[in-house]
Amino acid sequence: MEYLVGIQGPDFVLVAADNVAASSIIQMKHDQDKMFKLSEKILLLCVGEAGDTAQFAEYIQKNLQLYKMRNGYELSPSAAANFTRKNLADYLRSRTPYHVNLLLAGYDETDGPGLYYMDYLSSLSKAPFAAHGYGAYLTLSILDQHYKPDLTREEAVDLLKKCIEELRKRFIMNLPSFTVRLIDKEGIHDLEKLSSGAK
Amino acid sequence: MALEDICGFQDTPLHRKCFPASHFEDTAISFDCYSAEFRGLKKSGRDSGIPLQFFLPSLPNSSPFNHRSTSHFSPSKHSVTVRRPFPLSHGTTTLGFIFQGGVIAAADTRASAGGLVACPAVHKITPIHSHLVVTSSGSGADCMLWERILAREIRLYQLRHRRCLSICGTAKLLSFMLHPFKGTDVCVALTLCGWDKEAGNTDSSFITDNSSSAGFSSQDVSAIAYPSSPNRGPKLIYVCSDGARLQGDVFSVGSGSPYAYGVLDGRLRWNLSKDEAVSLAREAVFRATHRDAYSGNNVDLFHVTAQGWSRRKREELKEEYYRDMERRTKTVGERKRETALDALG
Repeated sequence: MEYLVGIQGPDFVLVAADNVAASSIIQMKHDQDKMFKLSEKILLLCVGEAGDTAQFAEYIQKNLQLYKMRNGYELSPSAAANFTRKNLADYLRSRTPYHVNLLLAGYDETDGPGLYYMDYLSSLSKAPFAAHGYGAYLTLSILDQHYKPDLTREEAVDLLKKCIEELRKRFIMNLPSFTVRLIDKEGIHDLEKLSSGAK
Repeated sequence: MALEDICGFQDTPLHRKCFPASHFEDTAISFDCYSAEFRGLKKSGRDSGIPLQFFLPSLPNSSPFNHRSTSHFSPSKHSVTVRRPFPLSHGTTTLGFIFQGGVIAAADTRASAGGLVACPAVHKITPIHSHLVVTSSGSGADCMLWERILAREIRLYQLRHRRCLSICGTAKLLSFMLHPFKGTDVCVALTLCGWDKEAGNTDSSFITDNSSSAGFSSQDVSAIAYPSSPNRGPKLIYVCSDGARLQGDVFSVGSGSPYAYGVLDGRLRWNLSKDEAVSLAREAVFRATHRDAYSGNNVDLFHVTAQGWSRRKREELKEEYYRDMERRTKTVGERKRETALDALG
């Protein structure tokens, strides 16, 4: 029922997440922020089981903060993604696995932008674009069709709008608004919240 | 409970034998004094204030295993669930909302066990401290226990740090205390309704904590305008035993919650007067109790402001139902008379 999407450009990563926090059939919140800031240029988008999302994401967030305090510099997005994956994998075969699906988006000084797809079985993959949730079934073909490795920021936002329009049209759940953020060498920027039109 | 902790009172077996009833939670530990790790945890529990003794049921056969050993506060034994003697239904209507005059918390008073009304006059809204009340839904026993634990931990924090923990902090503490029980039959859904008296503790500038969000100002444009200091003023946070922790402006929890949302969503605005807000809350609970079989009997209403919480007299909804019926027949009668007059004139 939740939706995450990420699109990587030549020097930026664009990510969006829906804003609904639901409990069975009721929407309890319409302005839930599902993105967790791991460092100045890394965002973790986290969806999944009710308590696991916040618990796991905050655990990763605080550990990365601790790393910065101890060592004086931040982890790179690739290192952060692998650290997250390792934690998820360690818990997977314990009595208390975390059921969360993640997108990690970041910008590295040397490697450039990166988008990492991780699912609840702790499989990790660096991808040019990715999506989570039932909405992914509807939008991945749109991303496949229109994505180019050298797309500009405007083109990326247009592609995102196409995806959201498709969700509005065909997805059974009403997802009224989406938080959109862009990461580039300057850091994390809030973009305008995208609304699907249906309130 | 809190006084015992703050004095460092050591519970000895001799004391327990003389006063068996006074420390029900500690009897579990008397069976398992062998593992030093456990004793270490118990000590750390006292220092950190997390009530570890509640996590350890008296099961001599259960083997300890590695239960999220990374967490400092995790229990050393897996709490095996006890089979319920009869099906428990989570029948309740509770609601809370924020408006210009503070926070309103309302709830029905029926405790149901399957199809039986176990008690028609239960308190589902409990004050935790002068500026915080909590509405409970889910399993009655679990809620009662966790409210008591929360009250104890908040009081301990207040005694140790000489200031009140913020509502957000309280919610986070409760959420982390409930986390080890995720997956067991503990069923607790609490809504913390309170007023932050002072500016809350600001985190380091690296991450600003706003109930686990990324810390950006991503509030909905149509949301209520909050007072200038974001950490002061009314707060409403929903905490659930499966780990959800949500801050918002209006929450309704329980089997009657969809009906209550139907009434609230239509008429809730920021600039309601206190009387309008009270009457809206009453109406929402009334309509929910009318439709939901597992909610009913009376409605409790609390109002939290900067001066603290105040409680409205418990009101029976049977009277309200008959008043509503009378009002309807009156309006129908009036409309009939009007149409008759129009027909004549």
